[in-house]
Amino acid sequence: MADYKIHLLVCGGTGCKSSESLILADRLRNEIGNQGLSDVAQVVGTGCFGFCDKGPIVKIIPGNTFYTLVKPADAKEIVEEHVVKGRKVSRLLYKDPKTEKIITEPDGMEFYKKQVRIVLRNCGVIDPENIQEYISRDGYAALGKVLTTMTPEETIAVIKKSGLRGRGGAGFPTGLKWEITRQSPGPEKYVVCNADEGDPGAFMDRSVLEGDPHSVIEAMAINGYCTGASKGLVYIRAEYPLAVERLKTAIKQAREYGFLGDDIFGTSFSFDISIRYGAGAFVCGEETALIHSMEGHRGEPTMKPPFPSVKGYLGKPTNVNNVETFASIPVIINKGYEWYSSIGTEKSKGTKVFALAGKVNNVGLIEVPIGITLREVIYEIGGGIKNGKKFKGVQIGGPSGGCLTTKHLDTPIDYETLIAAGAMMGSGGMIIMDEDDCMVDVAKYFLDFTVDESCGKCTPCRVGNKRMHELLINITKGNGTPEDIDRLINLGNVIKDTSLCMLGQSAPNPVLSILDNFREEYQAHIQDKKCPSGVCKDLMIYEIVPENCVGCTACARACPVGAITGERKEIHRIDPSLCIKCGACMDRCKFNAVIVN
Amino acid sequence: MEMVKLTIDNKHIEVPKGTTIHKAAKQVGIEVPTLCYMDLGDLKIEHKPGGCRVCVVEVEGRRNLAPSCSTEVTEGMVVKTHSIRVLNARRTVMELLLSDHPKECLTCAKSGNCDLQNMAIKMGIREIHNQDISEMSTYRMDFSPAIIRDMNKCIMCRRCETMCNDFQTVGALSAINRGFMSVVAPAFEMDLEDSVCTYCGQCVAVCPTGALTEVDHTRRLIRDLSNPSKTLVVQTAPAVRAALGEMFDLPAGTLVTGKMVSALRTLGFKYIFDTDFSADLTIMEEGTEMLDRLTRHLNGDKSVRLPILTSCCPGWVNFFESQFIDMLEIPSTARSPQQMFGSIAKTYFADKIKVKREDLIVVSIMPCLAKKYECTRDEFKVGGNPDVDYSVSTRELAHLIKQANIDFHSLPDEEFDLPLGASSGAGVIFGTTGGVIEAAVRTAYELFTNKKLERLDFKELRGMEGIREATIDFNGLPVKIGIAHGLGNARKLLEDIRSGKSSYHAIEIMACPGGCIGGGGQPLHHGKFDILKKRMAAIYREDASKPIRKSHENPYIIKLYEEFLGKPLSERSHKLLHTHYVDKSKKIIYI
Repeated sequence: MADYKIHLLVCGGTGCKSSESLILADRLRNEIGNQGLSDVAQVVGTGCFGFCDKGPIVKIIPGNTFYTLVKPADAKEIVEEHVVKGRKVSRLLYKDPKTEKIITEPDGMEFYKKQVRIVLRNCGVIDPENIQEYISRDGYAALGKVLTTMTPEETIAVIKKSGLRGRGGAGFPTGLKWEITRQSPGPEKYVVCNADEGDPGAFMDRSVLEGDPHSVIEAMAINGYCTGASKGLVYIRAEYPLAVERLKTAIKQAREYGFLGDDIFGTSFSFDISIRYGAGAFVCGEETALIHSMEGHRGEPTMKPPFPSVKGYLGKPTNVNNVETFASIPVIINKGYEWYSSIGTEKSKGTKVFALAGKVNNVGLIEVPIGITLREVIYEIGGGIKNGKKFKGVQIGGPSGGCLTTKHLDTPIDYETLIAAGAMMGSGGMIIMDEDDCMVDVAKYFLDFTVDESCGKCTPCRVGNKRMHELLINITKGNGTPEDIDRLINLGNVIKDTSLCMLGQSAPNPVLSILDNFREEYQAHIQDKKCPSGVCKDLMIYEIVPENCVGCTACARACPVGAITGERKEIHRIDPSLCIKCGACMDRCKFNAVIVN
Repeated sequence: MEMVKLTIDNKHIEVPKGTTIHKAAKQVGIEVPTLCYMDLGDLKIEHKPGGCRVCVVEVEGRRNLAPSCSTEVTEGMVVKTHSIRVLNARRTVMELLLSDHPKECLTCAKSGNCDLQNMAIKMGIREIHNQDISEMSTYRMDFSPAIIRDMNKCIMCRRCETMCNDFQTVGALSAINRGFMSVVAPAFEMDLEDSVCTYCGQCVAVCPTGALTEVDHTRRLIRDLSNPSKTLVVQTAPAVRAALGEMFDLPAGTLVTGKMVSALRTLGFKYIFDTDFSADLTIMEEGTEMLDRLTRHLNGDKSVRLPILTSCCPGWVNFFESQFIDMLEIPSTARSPQQMFGSIAKTYFADKIKVKREDLIVVSIMPCLAKKYECTRDEFKVGGNPDVDYSVSTRELAHLIKQANIDFHSLPDEEFDLPLGASSGAGVIFGTTGGVIEAAVRTAYELFTNKKLERLDFKELRGMEGIREATIDFNGLPVKIGIAHGLGNARKLLEDIRSGKSSYHAIEIMACPGGCIGGGGQPLHHGKFDILKKRMAAIYREDASKPIRKSHENPYIIKLYEEFLGKPLSERSHKLLHTHYVDKSKKIIYI
């Protein structure tokens, strides 16, 4: 076995992978080989580091040197300078935009300072395809502890006392769910991991499955022991092929090492996991629809009660938990519930992983203690709004969530305060918006999604959301009336009140929350027929400023539909009835003569 | 039994645990409106997907409104069924349904009989908002020989799916696509006539809108009735006379045989005959076939398979032709009474009245939609001319009677014409489950034992349970009989046969609940399955009132054999009254 002196950890998360990080890793291996150092320097492909804006990332230990925006062409220099000569490649180091200082280690970075990586503890550290690396970081120790020294009741008590709540969005107390499943009569029971992660822009679960799949496997086995299930199922969306591969590899290795299968750790407990694939339906992230999909039926939700813990897969008691919830379990067992419950707020314990996206400088995957304020997330961890623009709002909870604004910046983020503010924790999507985002368009965007993903079973969601969507389209086209707002509010409230499942019940949330917080933008679209942010194309009028126009005809030649007329050296004119608002004329004009109204 | 106390609209009530809010409310006289919900009572299926959201009610302490059809009561629950929150929600839900529904009530086949229309009337909907920007979910029309699917009118209540998949286990319909464009369709969106659909019509019988209707031959019939160069002959199925009255507001279970005959005569049919006559004929042929197979089997003939299965139900025939092709030699080869009638009418009777086959138009009045398809089968045509030209449902007949301004109530009771209108009580009971086999037993017993039957009423063969069995003592020989109604129940018996577990000698199968009285062409029951029981009782009443109650004692049947057919299973009988079955499974795509 090689005695490695230096390790180069290369981020293999999908974001960095699409920026050629795997090619980079291969190049590094080649260069190391060229230097004859293959037994000294190890290149490890890890899971997501989280700092996606600055990827591909290479971290070198010992020394904790954090290289950002690394390209495959940089491999030679990194090996020659850093590996061979021990000299850091300063052009690849992270430079803090505020202080302009170079920061070599992640702990010094604003992005990482306030993060507490519990769920993501192994992402960016271990090779997810090597079970030994997982084991070396207390992997499967929790399962061993539980199976050999604790009873199911004792284990459930630990989870209950930790205060862990479901991270899929609803925030149901996890320990209680495990207890209810245990109390349901067996002997046939199931453990299901909901890895359908359907929120647009969310990649928390994906990162865990790609970067640390064993954490989920271990937790599912612990759950099986506690609830009395011997079979686990992971329902994973087919759009995550890398996560599927990593999970399959991990399951295979876990079986080889005896962590799955018969008589685990020499006890009479047997447990195994199989994988089921989604087929492109967001609604199958809803637990009853997920279960029906696994049963081979149409993925449509059904009434609760009965809850899956009582009557789930194949009519048997089934414990359904989200990936992130499961990933928290082993570390709670290992480090204790007192430690875990010391993080977070009174009613919401622990950490939450968020996918920070939108108009913020540091987009990526973050894990923060619950209770952190929005201001800290956006301005410290997030590094502030991109291009120095003004913060307008943040959509939390994706298509089921609501919009928080400047007045909520100092709100601590926890389950209850978010609901009180008209939003919800959701699965962790956080989209930051600035002055250039049109809130009406944002509402329309989310409804676009839910209308497409509705299963169609119940009237309010199938027809109601569609009708709300049509009203919003109408408003963004400039044909809205003041009655439309009343109609949106009534429709939204009735849909929330009567839909069968949470998809329908929460689909109006973005619309209603944005109406609440940004009424004036709606009114501008309806009354003034204008889009203040300049986003809604149908409300934009491209005009030529006569004072600036020199008649060079560049715009007329650029126009794809011949909407601009004018003689050479004479003031040109755009015909609004032909204009398709593509903006080509504005791009071409060197005299700032084209403006958008 | 654990009881639960709750309050609904300030009324206190105590009900068993597990009762839904809707059923509890009914007990205190509160009828919460429903649309997709359907309780199939005796069929042991309760369709409550909770999809339409019309039945929502307010429950104190609950965040959102609860669907009363599928929410169980809890101790101390306080329910409000018409608070302003509920009324607003219900109205908005209805408006949404109507916003995606064609506005063509005036010309819709279901107008006046439509659950959606009735709900809109009840709620006083006067406006559908934003129609100019509202997209409609559309789908192509699907025409089959018996059923028309207009999915533009579908409200996704999923009743048809439950009937087809859960009760009938045919599996022709399922929801496809997603969201606004979701629709109910056969697999791979094929047309109904290319699918495993048996045309049993139970989907039509439960559809709350005009999405599923029958192929309507009323206009064709009016044209034929006024064509002087054609001779119009009509045959009426037994189940029609027990239900037709409901279309004229008579209580369910009123027998209207005489008035039905009178109405048909007034409409202009030249000869009013009775399918019950050919039911007697079916007994002669099938009973003889049954005895033949039974005796050969008892004598050790290994080439003969038992049980023998009845074959008069075309929905049932389609079912085994598409899903049980390994057993095509088990059913009786006898044609159905409808088809035997047509065959005899266009040969024996045509000769008697000296009318050419092509100038005779034979129309059947049936409680059934599959009969519309059965007429078109190639085996039932001679030189391209069908034995039965077309079949008209009970509902269509009622509409025709109304169109002809006939006051049904004041019609006198008239008699069928002869010779093909004479029937025994055994012919009448074909209309109900258990009736065919009871009729067969009455004849087979006497033919086999050469003894007179002491009792004619075989009550052990009667009833509503899906699968029934009885052993009839044929003078020392125990004959084991099985009966199933509903194709799901038929499937169970067939699978037993397939696996060798079946010990029956004869099995009667009807595709529709209750037998033909519950057929897809009967007056709609709107979920009140009690109506079927009343129709069934009417059928047995008519049987009991007849002077002749055994098929082989029908003098006109005796005459038909003497003059024309010779004897049952003769060469001529085989040619005119028997058939063979076709492997329809190849129409299905296997992946």
